[in-house]
Amino acid sequence: MTTPGGLITIDSVTQVFHLDDGSHYVALRGIKLDIAAGEFVSLIGHSGCGKSTLLNLLAGLSQASEGGILINGRQVTDPGPDRMVVFQNYSLLPWLTVRQNIALAVSTVYPGHSPQERREIVERNIQAVHLTGAASKFPAELSGGMKQRVAIARALAIRPRLLLLDEPFGALDALTRGNLQQQLMQICQESKLTAVMVTHDVDEALLLSDRVVCLSNGPAAGIGHILPVPLPRPRDRLAVMDHPDYYHLRAELIHFLQDQRRLKQLAASSR
Amino acid sequence: MTPTPSSSRRPRRRRLLPALPQVLPYLFCIGAFLIAWQLLSAALGVARLPGPINVLIDTWNPYISQPFFDDGGTSKGLGWQILISLQRVALGYGLAAVVGIAIGGLLGLNRFIGKGFDPVVQVLRTVPPLAWFPISLMVFQDANTSAIFVIFITAIWPIIINTAVGIQEIPQDYTNVARVLRLSKRAYIRNIVVPATVPYVFTGLRIAVGLAWLAIVAAEMLKADGGIGYFIWDAYNAGGDSSSSQIILAIVYVGVVGLLLDRLVAWVGRKVSKGAG
Repeated sequence: MTTPGGLITIDSVTQVFHLDDGSHYVALRGIKLDIAAGEFVSLIGHSGCGKSTLLNLLAGLSQASEGGILINGRQVTDPGPDRMVVFQNYSLLPWLTVRQNIALAVSTVYPGHSPQERREIVERNIQAVHLTGAASKFPAELSGGMKQRVAIARALAIRPRLLLLDEPFGALDALTRGNLQQQLMQICQESKLTAVMVTHDVDEALLLSDRVVCLSNGPAAGIGHILPVPLPRPRDRLAVMDHPDYYHLRAELIHFLQDQRRLKQLAASSR
Repeated sequence: MTPTPSSSRRPRRRRLLPALPQVLPYLFCIGAFLIAWQLLSAALGVARLPGPINVLIDTWNPYISQPFFDDGGTSKGLGWQILISLQRVALGYGLAAVVGIAIGGLLGLNRFIGKGFDPVVQVLRTVPPLAWFPISLMVFQDANTSAIFVIFITAIWPIIINTAVGIQEIPQDYTNVARVLRLSKRAYIRNIVVPATVPYVFTGLRIAVGLAWLAIVAAEMLKADGGIGYFIWDAYNAGGDSSSSQIILAIVYVGVVGLLLDRLVAWVGRKVSKGAG
């Protein structure tokens, strides 16, 4: 299955971890997926199914045991700022202020820009996530939601070709999560970003994604199902639930997850 | 709760003695300690163990009232003696800090060297300070240099170990950020390794300053001209009437200076690692 204008090709990726006791664990087996430029794809599945493993492979933080990943026809061999990650636990540097955290990324990625240009990029991105008032604060002085906004601003400031999000809103309360989802959706739409997000929240996946990729249980997790989300854009997180297709799509995802859970329990009880 | 006459009287008393509740535990416990000491002194006899009052009377003139008298030679006030010791500590400890952070940094950044040298560090760090003194005297042929070397070699191990551990314990979150942004080695060290390691380094520096002060007093007792350790040993050898009082006074000074050194390093550490952690 090749999408025209494909930006990313995940070609038969298998990931094996060698454990300390000499045995090995097959996390992913034979993952094949094409992602088009400007597409928003969610990876969903039960914990331990290798969602984050696949995201790390896309980021280049680890290398596939078999198969490979192509971005614009070039193989991913190491991490780089064209595939910026928004990490699950924000990964802000605690000794830098909000502004300095973003500035570090900007000056590393744009060494050729003038200080004035860099400062403008930093300030623009702080504004985009509504953090101007907190720009001089240290991460320890911010709430979880604010930290996540800094992490997103830092990622967007360096204009990655691919934005990778690892359960970005998992640790936030429902209200904050909803607001941030809306903001992220707008930013992605405005800057025509390509994004891959790991989540275990069905509603989050449906709201943000063009396609939801369901991974089967590990070990040797594969793609169990791909669900296109044809809901019209721009989407609104409350209005989207009134769309006639919404509950049918949601049911499809829930069914998949429930089937996987049953398989998991069967596997556990037969062991 | 209804206001009662007693509750309206209490704030006034608190205003008269605002610090009393804070200092009461210290007053009570230290007082009890001094009384127990005085009683023990009375039981043993003042000649064997002077009580706190005897110490004050015996050493008031010149040791307490004139900390900076100088009668030439090694007959100096306790202020001078402590400054002589502090000067040695400053040299040895300063050297240990510079060399220790450099070696610790190397051991932390390079996995191969860090693993290879670990047994050496683990063995040498347990050597008691004074065990270094004879070999140091043989090498340097000079008591003052040897004393400084003993401080250096005593203080360096916790600095090396804590620096190396601090670097090895840098959370993977931070190194992942560095990898994704493709920070250069220099930018990585400046923006991530150094700030992430500073709290560990200061833990090491704080342990080291305590050990250094411990070592200087012992080294000066063995062989030195001047210094607070020399003063203690000299007073013991002199065996005069007020000798034991002089020794006790010197011990109190050693303790207070050691505490101040510890607090000073902790304070600098807090200032330097502001924002982190």
